[in-house]
Amino acid sequence: MKNFSGQALFLDRSDINTDEIIPAKYLTENTKNALKPHILEDLHLDGFNVAEDIIGRNIIVTRSNFGCGSSREHAVWVFEVNDINVVIAESFARIFRQNMFNCGMLAIELPKEDIDTIFALGTDGTIKIDMEQNLITAESGRGNSLSITFTMNEFDRELVKAGGWLAYADSKY
Amino acid sequence: MGKTIAEKIFAAHLRDTPSPTNVVLDIDVVLCHEITTPIAINDLVSHNMDTVFDPDKIKAVIDHVTPAKDSKTATQGKILRDWARRHNIKDFFDIGSNGVCHALFPEKGFIRPGYTVIMGDSHTCTHGAFGAFAAGVGTTDLEVGIHKGVCSFREPHTMKVTITGKLPDGVYAKDVILKIIRQISVNGATDMIMEFSGPVVDRMSMESRMTLCNMAIEAGGTSGICMPDRVTAEYLWPFIQDSHLSIDEAVEDFKKWHSDPDADYAEELHIDVSDLKPQITYGYKPDEVKDVTEMEGSPVDQVYIGSCTNGRIEDLREAARILLNRKIAPTVRGVLSPATPAIYSKAMEEGIIKIFMDAGFCVTNPTCGACLGMSNGVLAEGEVCASTTNRNFNGRMGKGGMVHLMSPLSAAAAAVAGHITDPGKYI
Ligand code: SF4
Repeated sequence: MKNFSGQALFLDRSDINTDEIIPAKYLTENTKNALKPHILEDLHLDGFNVAEDIIGRNIIVTRSNFGCGSSREHAVWVFEVNDINVVIAESFARIFRQNMFNCGMLAIELPKEDIDTIFALGTDGTIKIDMEQNLITAESGRGNSLSITFTMNEFDRELVKAGGWLAYADSKY
Repeated sequence: MGKTIAEKIFAAHLRDTPSPTNVVLDIDVVLCHEITTPIAINDLVSHNMDTVFDPDKIKAVIDHVTPAKDSKTATQGKILRDWARRHNIKDFFDIGSNGVCHALFPEKGFIRPGYTVIMGDSHTCTHGAFGAFAAGVGTTDLEVGIHKGVCSFREPHTMKVTITGKLPDGVYAKDVILKIIRQISVNGATDMIMEFSGPVVDRMSMESRMTLCNMAIEAGGTSGICMPDRVTAEYLWPFIQDSHLSIDEAVEDFKKWHSDPDADYAEELHIDVSDLKPQITYGYKPDEVKDVTEMEGSPVDQVYIGSCTNGRIEDLREAARILLNRKIAPTVRGVLSPATPAIYSKAMEEGIIKIFMDAGFCVTNPTCGACLGMSNGVLAEGEVCASTTNRNFNGRMGKGGMVHLMSPLSAAAAAVAGHITDPGKYI
C-alpha cells in the first residue's frame, strides 16, 4: 500500500475541477512523471502559490465536489507522482473518486464539521490515516491533536489493498 | 416496487456484487479516443496484459487533435492506430472518417437501447439519449474495460427530470440543460443518473436529446438517460432493420427498457419550459448561468460553434437561420467545426457551409480542437469566447480565456452583433 500520512495542503474552495488540477494541454504526455511540475497549475484560489504551497505536502484537505469535470485520471496521477496519495473532502465527483481508488489511493469523505475542524488545526501539523481502524489522527504544530473516524466502502478498501482496480479485476474476472 | 431504466440495465448486465453497494457490470461497448486511451494501452503493455476482451465491442477514434498538431499528438494518434490494427479493431476512425466521438459513434449506430457503454471521457453520458447506460470513466476503468469487458459502479440512483410545457421559438435543449444546471448546481446530480422525460423530451429529436444528456456530467450526473421510443427507433432503423421486423416492432421491443410507473427515484425535478429564455454561463462553472438578456452588450472576441454538445446538423441549421444574408462583426473571429464528416457533408448539401463562410466564419474539419483548448481556435489571455460547447472552466479554451456557454442560435447572434445579445432580435 502507498503512504497515507504527511502534512496537509488545504484548498479552501468547493468545485475544484480536474482542468484546474491538470490542464488539458498536458494530456498529450504519455508518462505520469511528465505531469509532475504542472500540478494545480490553473487552480483558481486566492492567495494560492502552487510552487511554495505544495512543498512537503502529502495530503489534500478540501471542500465539496472535488475533482469535478473532465474524467482525466491525469488529475489523480499528478497527485500520485507528487507523493500525494490522500484527498480528504466533504464530497467528490464520482469519476475522480473512482479513479483514486482504482489507483490504490484514498478519497475520504467527511462531514463539513470535521473538515472545518481539520482546517482549524492549521498547516504545520501532520495527518495520519489508519485504514484498519478507520481513523484519521491529526496533530497541529502546537501540539493539539484530534482523531476523527471515517467510513469506507468495503469494495474501495479491497481496491486499496489490491493496489488498484487493474490488479483486482485481473485476479477476479 | 417497479424499476427505473437504469436498474433494469444494471440487472441485465450484472457480473458481480463485490459489496452490498457496488456492482460490476458487463460492458457492451467500450469507446476509445486518442487522449485517454494511449496511456491505458501503454500501461496494459507494461503489465503484459495487451489483449482486448472483444475487438468488435471496442470502437476507437482519433478526434481531439486531428490532424495532429505536433509530435506529441502525432504519437498519441499512432499509439491508438497501431493498437487498433494489432487487435483487429475494425471500427477505428482516422483522418477522413473521424469526428467528435459522442457525435460520431451514435451516428454509426453503435449505441442501442439497454446497452452499457463506457469511455475514458466524461461526456460519455451523451449516449444515454438512446436509452443506454453510458458513463465516463478514468484510464484504469478503461484499461479493465478493454482487457476484461467489465466496469464497477455503485448501485444506480436516479433523478427524474420531468420537462413540460412548450419550448418557445429560439430556445433549445441547450437552454433547457443550462437552466437545469443553474437550478441544481454543479453537484446537484452527483452519483445519480439523470432521467429526462416528459412531453418536451418526447418531442425532441435524437440530436436534442444528446445535447440534454451531454451536460448531465456538468451537474455531476453519472449519465443522462432518455426512454427509447419511436424517435430512437427511427434514428436507429438503418442499423436495426435486420434484427427488428418493423419500426413499430422496435418501438414495442424498446419498451422493455422503460422505467416502471412505480419506480423509486432518489430525487425528482420538474421544470416547465414555456417561459424559458435563452441561457448563458457568466463565470467559470457551468452552474453560473443567467438569461442571455442579462449579459446584453458584453463583448466577445471569438464565436465557436461545434463540439459534442452542439456541433450536429440541427445545431448548424439553427445558427444558419441567423447567419443567412448577414456578416459577422469585424471584431469577431467565427469558427465552425461540424462534429462529423457526415454532418459536414449534409451541411454542404444544404448550403449551410456556404452561409457560414459568406458570413465570415472559418470552417474547420471535424475535431474537438478549441473545445478543450488544444487547437483550431485557442484563446489568448483576456479573450472571450461565445461557445456552444459544455465547459467554461478557467483556462478551458486557452489560459486566461473566458468562455460563455450558450445555444448555437445565441452564439450566431453574438457573432453578428459582436457582443452577447438576445438571439430573438434576429429571428
Ligand atoms: S467536443 Fe469537447 S467536450 Fe466533447 S469530447 Fe471533444 S473535448 Fe470533450
